[in-house]
Amino acid sequence: MSGTSARSSIEWLGAATIDLIGRLGLATIFFFKSVGHFPSLARRPSLITRQLYSVGVLTVSITVVAGAFVGMVLGFQGYYTLVDFGAESSLGLLVALSLTRELGPVLSALLFAGRAGSALTAEIGLMKTTEQLAALEMMAVNPVQRVIAPRLLAGIIAVPLLCAMFTFVGILGGYFASVIQLGVDAGVYWSSITDGVDLQFDVMNGLVKSVVFGIIVTWIAVFEGYDTYPSAEGISRATTRTVVMASLAILGSDYILTALMFRG
Amino acid sequence: MSVNIQPIVSIERVNFFFGQKNIYTNITIEVPLQGVSVIMGPSGCGKSTLLNLISGRLKPASGRVSVLGREVDRLNESQLFDMRRRMGMMFQSSALLTDLSVFDNVAFPLRENTDLPERLIRKLVLMKLEQVGLRGAQDLMPSELSGGMSRRVALARATAMDPELVLFDEPFTGLDPISLGVITKLVRELTDALNTTSIVVTHDVEEGLSIADHVFLLGGGAVLASGTPSEMLESSQPEVRQFLHGLPDGPVPFHYPADDYRGQILERH
Repeated sequence: MSGTSARSSIEWLGAATIDLIGRLGLATIFFFKSVGHFPSLARRPSLITRQLYSVGVLTVSITVVAGAFVGMVLGFQGYYTLVDFGAESSLGLLVALSLTRELGPVLSALLFAGRAGSALTAEIGLMKTTEQLAALEMMAVNPVQRVIAPRLLAGIIAVPLLCAMFTFVGILGGYFASVIQLGVDAGVYWSSITDGVDLQFDVMNGLVKSVVFGIIVTWIAVFEGYDTYPSAEGISRATTRTVVMASLAILGSDYILTALMFRG
Repeated sequence: MSVNIQPIVSIERVNFFFGQKNIYTNITIEVPLQGVSVIMGPSGCGKSTLLNLISGRLKPASGRVSVLGREVDRLNESQLFDMRRRMGMMFQSSALLTDLSVFDNVAFPLRENTDLPERLIRKLVLMKLEQVGLRGAQDLMPSELSGGMSRRVALARATAMDPELVLFDEPFTGLDPISLGVITKLVRELTDALNTTSIVVTHDVEEGLSIADHVFLLGGGAVLASGTPSEMLESSQPEVRQFLHGLPDGPVPFHYPADDYRGQILERH
């Protein structure tokens, strides 16, 4: 009895692994097919601008609000830790480095996954369920070129910009908490940032992370949408999977990128 | 029933599987040029799959599918798109693009596939919308349309390019009686007006027979019978009689295959 159940769980593991690898392969082919259509989008810039609005502009408000709160919390927590050592003059640097290196790229990508990624999956999944993608094919229009490629490109452009906004607003939020509420000197706050933040090491690395996260999140979102099982239940499952998978992928790849960038 | 003119769609000895399930075994259908050909059969007998084979969205496991004189399963993507520019399709769910207005939906295939100036496209779209009686609805969005109206828009869009072949997937399903009458009449009238060929896949017997020039009855992965509507109605073949008259029991049994009834009921625990 236990022999058969052990065997069946091994079988299950094997099947799940094969399934996972198969899906990864499909997703990879799908990604390169979509990217292959990027050059043709240059002739139809309106397709991209419309998507930049729906995935980018509509995500600005949540990004700005979240960035402000995260910055303010950093200001408070940092102050009470640093003040014990008389080091509150480094508070600006602490806030700015936390945001540019980690919190900006990671949190803006997580917010993007929740707000825009889920919407992308649901929208594409609904287009598949209501046969709109099939109708495009029947009208001799390639749905990957017309629907997927502009959304993927828009996501890849939008995420780093949203990350920059998040970081900028976060530093202002830190200023509000530490300078206006807790009485740290404004000049000290700013000069610690300008002295300590390195363009190459901190800002560029943050930007690289953000670009990578943008590619991963949008890729997962459009693939899950395109691969949706065409039913109401299928759409809801695909949407959930986008948020879960994208969040885990962001955090996992953040660890890898951090280890590569900040080793020395 | 012999067809003298060159068929517009010919499906020869096609086998098709979904996973392990055998959808077609050696099916052969020749759809004559011009007029309305209706393909009927119970749900799940692979009627929609047939349209996907004709449009090249699915490929047969074996056999030959030729449409408009070309072998569909041998075409590459751009050749397939060339062929599809000569055909239109109306989907059961209408499949209107939800972010475009009625006008833009009908204009979509013209804008994507032709270099016509916008002024001319506008005239063509208005003519197509007038044919289905919805010129006044040109500025509405798909979400503002009733089921019958959106299907009429889909019809206008499917015929926008003046196709040589129009495919209809379940055009009569889920409509109120008035919309049903309108769609039935439009399918017939547009086919005649455009001098085109329509293939209608449906399980609605009455509407199907009323507009058909030619009927194919599918079942069990093959063509059970074919002929003109009156030939079909006069048929004494039990499968044909059961489907056309909606008899609950017959060659398609009422009971799903099961173990012995008495044995299961009297089983002691």
